Amino acid sequence: MTIGLPRALAYHRYGVLWETFFKALGGRVVVSPESDPILIAKGESLADSECCLPVKAYLGHLDRLVGNCDYILAPRFERIGKNDEFCVRFWGLSDLARGTFPGVRILSYNLKSHRPDSEVSGFMKMGKTLGKSQIAVLAAYKKAKQAQLTADTRAGVNQRLLLDSPAIKVLVAAPPYILRDPAMGGTLLRLLAREGVTPIFPEACGRAGCRRASKATSQSLYWVMNKEAIGAIELLRPRVDGVILVSAFPCGTDSLVNELVLRREKRLPVIQIILDGQEGEAGLQTRVECFADILKERRRGYA
Amino acid sequence: MLKTVISYPHMGNYAAVFERLFAQLFPRAEVRSPPPITQRTLELGGRHSPDFVCAPFKYNVGNYIEALEAGANLLFQTGTGCRYGHYGELQEQILRDLGYDFRFACLSRENSRPSAALRTLHAAGCQLPAHKIAAALYLALLSIRGLDEMEFWMRENIGFAQSSDRIMAIHRAFLHKVRQADSAAQMMRAIESGRCAMQAIKLDKPEHPLRVGVVGELYTLMEPFSNFNLERQLASDGISVSRAMGIWFLLFGRSDARSLQEGGGYLRYPVGANGVDSVAQSLSYARRGYDGILHLKSFGCIPELNAGPALRALSKREGIPILQMSFDTHSGEVGAATRLEAFVDMIRMRKGA
Ligand code: SF4
Ligand code: SF4
Repeated sequence: MTIGLPRALAYHRYGVLWETFFKALGGRVVVSPESDPILIAKGESLADSECCLPVKAYLGHLDRLVGNCDYILAPRFERIGKNDEFCVRFWGLSDLARGTFPGVRILSYNLKSHRPDSEVSGFMKMGKTLGKSQIAVLAAYKKAKQAQLTADTRAGVNQRLLLDSPAIKVLVAAPPYILRDPAMGGTLLRLLAREGVTPIFPEACGRAGCRRASKATSQSLYWVMNKEAIGAIELLRPRVDGVILVSAFPCGTDSLVNELVLRREKRLPVIQIILDGQEGEAGLQTRVECFADILKERRRGYA
Repeated sequence: MLKTVISYPHMGNYAAVFERLFAQLFPRAEVRSPPPITQRTLELGGRHSPDFVCAPFKYNVGNYIEALEAGANLLFQTGTGCRYGHYGELQEQILRDLGYDFRFACLSRENSRPSAALRTLHAAGCQLPAHKIAAALYLALLSIRGLDEMEFWMRENIGFAQSSDRIMAIHRAFLHKVRQADSAAQMMRAIESGRCAMQAIKLDKPEHPLRVGVVGELYTLMEPFSNFNLERQLASDGISVSRAMGIWFLLFGRSDARSLQEGGGYLRYPVGANGVDSVAQSLSYARRGYDGILHLKSFGCIPELNAGPALRALSKREGIPILQMSFDTHSGEVGAATRLEAFVDMIRMRKGA
């Protein structure tokens, strides 16, 4: 039994959970390869042209899995709390996968509340579909949950270590599925490194902490991933030199949230970079260099 | 003290309802609907909004700016799910950054629940006791139902009336009465007389006219300016137009569970806002033998994009053409009209064949 995991969107949040779970149940797991321009182009050809880049990439990843596994995992994510919702895109992912690849066997669960049983019952059902006993499934879930927690903690610690570096540091406020995708955030991170700037990811502050801190910027915000991306601004203000908001064209939630940040953040320098998959490296490079120069100037000014 | 002047964004013809409602809730304030939407409204809204926010946001901003220019100083907004729930906070910030001085009452999400809404109304200066507020709301709901019913009938029939002017006159008279009505009884009489007047209109309707169902995202459907009056264009081609979406439907007619059930399995889960309704309504039109479906939405509207693959599958399997059109504040009217014409030609030929 082979389960395919698309290396996109929620994979960058729940990937360890999924891999550990299916492996513990004796399955073979294949993860689609890292994004590349060909994969993205394939996704674009499958998607409605108005879809955001990460969703196009998601379809490209699903496409790579078709034919290489018995099941493809495509859950639906609605919320993890009353005021912690996923972008409505995530509400439609399972149906999007099913509708775009009719005939493919899809495994799915529906994450729709903050109660832990929402996730557990989803995993129990998936285990049943795969013909596993309840006890085995529950044990696998527990193991997987623990593994994800460990991985998240480690990622947070690694980011926090970077904060001690004397280099210029920039908080890159974006969801992990952009930052950790070489075809999206990859170029930006490379350019930052070339300028000697250390990028800090929001996970340095832990998700729950970021969600709480996001209130400082937006009272009525209810999107989990946005809260986690921008909440870190408040928490890291004394420790970073600037903020780069990274968004993918045309992101629905960022269209509102990043605009609020740009209008409300008065103390740290902020720029927004919008990735559409078409941007040439040259244009991006100019902006990154320019921003890095500003930050270096500011440091000198304070010294 | 400065006189309170209340305003709110436009949506279709509902401004008449809001006007009445706010006048009753705030007897000492002046209620002023924003000037009618024009090209300038869109330009203002587009200029001061983020680029790829969905179009209703930009229309709202344009309305607010023109309302403030006209002297409004208390603006209302609501908003439930999807991006709409977060509109208010940014809109207020944008208007403040433009330097306007106003109060902003946002009845979105949690704040739309009765107790919170009551608190917001009180804070805004509404001193009525709860039962009077309830009576005003009841009157508003009655008028919404009456208006939705009348406009539903108009869409289906105006293409076949000997005199569409007469229909428009009745409609105007009805809106006027909505603005004046003081009691539920008066409202009922207005609805009844509107209904009678419409029924007396002579129709020249063929036995099997072309019929088109309209589905999609709520704002684009309900605000004719935002979809270049597509429904009117259809009617002038002699087509009977059906559209279930209206505020009454949103408030009382819809449920995700029912729409999923009636959606023929094309969607398994709710996909946000009205995505599931678009699918369920399309299926219903297909089964009732409609000739085509118009799927309208603002550019980048996520719930409707989520419903996209389901609608395409439905179109193929049920054999009904679906034309999808997206609108932004700068989409071209000519292009839209041409696409619609081609679509109408196509469904007409299919029917003839
Ligand atoms: S948050 Fe933005 S980028 Fe992410 S799925 Fe939603 S619309 Fe796309
Ligand atoms: S339903 Fe569409 S138009 Fe309305 S808020 Fe959501 S994305 Fe915007």
